[in-house]
Amino acid sequence: MQDTVELARRIRRHAVEMTHLGKSSHVGSVLSMADIIAVLYGQVMRLDPANPHWVGRDRFILSKGHAGAGIYAALAECGFFAIEKLRTHYQDGSDLSGHVSHKGIPGVEFSTGSLGHGLPVATGMAKAGKLDGAKHRIFVVLSDGECDEGSNWEAVLFAAHHKLSNLVVVVDFNKIQSLAPVAETMALEPFADKWLSFGWDVREVDGHDHGALTSALSTRSGDETRPLCVLAHTTKGKGVSFMENSVLWHYRTPQGDEYVAACLELDLNRGGGHA
Amino acid sequence: MRDVFVKALLSHAHADKRVMLITGDLGFGVLTNYAKELPAQFINAGVAEQNMTGLASGLALEGRNVFTYSIANFPTLRCLEQIRNDVLYHEASVNVVAIGGGFSYGALGMSHHATEDVGILRTLPGLRVLAPCDETETVALVEQMITNPAPTYLRLDKSKAVAVDAETFVPGKLRLMRRGATVAMVGYGGIIADALAAADLLDAVGIDCAVFSAHTLKPFDSESLIKLATDYDFIVTIEEHVPIGGLGSLAADTFLDAGVMPRRFARLCLPDAYSSIVGSQEYLRMRHSLDAASIATRVRNLFES
Repeated sequence: MQDTVELARRIRRHAVEMTHLGKSSHVGSVLSMADIIAVLYGQVMRLDPANPHWVGRDRFILSKGHAGAGIYAALAECGFFAIEKLRTHYQDGSDLSGHVSHKGIPGVEFSTGSLGHGLPVATGMAKAGKLDGAKHRIFVVLSDGECDEGSNWEAVLFAAHHKLSNLVVVVDFNKIQSLAPVAETMALEPFADKWLSFGWDVREVDGHDHGALTSALSTRSGDETRPLCVLAHTTKGKGVSFMENSVLWHYRTPQGDEYVAACLELDLNRGGGHA
Repeated sequence: MRDVFVKALLSHAHADKRVMLITGDLGFGVLTNYAKELPAQFINAGVAEQNMTGLASGLALEGRNVFTYSIANFPTLRCLEQIRNDVLYHEASVNVVAIGGGFSYGALGMSHHATEDVGILRTLPGLRVLAPCDETETVALVEQMITNPAPTYLRLDKSKAVAVDAETFVPGKLRLMRRGATVAMVGYGGIIADALAAADLLDAVGIDCAVFSAHTLKPFDSESLIKLATDYDFIVTIEEHVPIGGLGSLAADTFLDAGVMPRRFARLCLPDAYSSIVGSQEYLRMRHSLDAASIATRVRNLFES
């Protein structure tokens, strides 16, 4: 078990540096989900960095693949590969692509980048787990904007019909998508009701509260017949004040004074700035 | 062909518990026995091809050899990106089976005409593309998909060829369906039946035609095709498919890459167009000058020009 608050801070710090060095986008998306990822990798999921293909491992798919820097950072921090490798992210000749890729990267279960792919695949893994009587669980992180994709709702129907209680969806519900707020683009509310009416268990939590996340993600649904959706209410750009709740930081890359200010803010929080 | 496929798959699935069949809510009456005999190896994923294909990838990554099943363009074009990203990039053992190649469902209309599939799917790296012309090839190709699991597209046709003098099936190799010395007709799928009948008609006017089945379009047997350019005066490709990306394109690419120029070379195929006219497979072949009589006339005219 890791100090998940410090792990989340380090994921954020890596993400700011990686997007700075690579002059790449989506730092706001990584900051948004950093606490979810830290709790999953540092506390909830059963993984073995020395044996990434261990059959009993929990499976994790980042369906919002554009936040791949956050997964690479989490895996490096957990010992799947050297932290120095993170500096190659987005660089010429690197295999650490902007959208998460599994090729040559220990610990990445599945490559994504086109939205709406992760959940159907996770559903297949969950169905296989049920058929095999396996104990592990399958975790998928979706973005809220990604829930516009119809393929997700095909999988949501399937998972409930097949009683895939080993499947856990976490929605990084930061209310901002690519060009504008979710509510102005394609309203999702009443969002929890949608999942409930599709036959899922739903838990709503503060997606930056590690205790609440741990509790929601560690326990299975009561009757073992329903898949679980955790709606994690988050702030896009969380942890860097001037990036928070800003559409701009979906695409903007931290450079110059902004990069220095972001690093400073995250470094000041070393040892636990929020919980 | 469809029934032969399902029967062959069921037989293998009894012996190999990794085999799973997922249908996109199609196959009324056809999949009943399979579903009844092997419920744990069967899923009806509903009318949801994107999820069906992602689901298949997830199952395959957990050790299954999965067959997705639907008709015409539904298991391919509807979920093309799932095939590309989820199946192929992950080298997942998913076999996409489409019933109704070409104009098999001709009367159902344009939505059900699978006439661009080979060109589109052949461009995807890592996908094996198979199109049997008869029951022998269907059974042999299913066996190959079981013993050598890899991402595969299997195009099954309603029509089929019956050849009395065909060579034994060899995996990956062009299969000689009819002997002949002067013209080599190369095709795939049920339209081989028309090519064989055309060869008989041409025989009567003194043009000696061989017919080959290209059941494996990818990886393609370039070596055998290149040899045909030396052995025959005229090479004709025949297919129920638009020109772009089909067997004609594939053959031209093969000759180009090998630096070989056949003495004569032509392709018979559908136009680069959708057909708003409907009808049986036989009717639509005639309408597009791909029935036996039309093939014979066109080959004779090209050969004698």
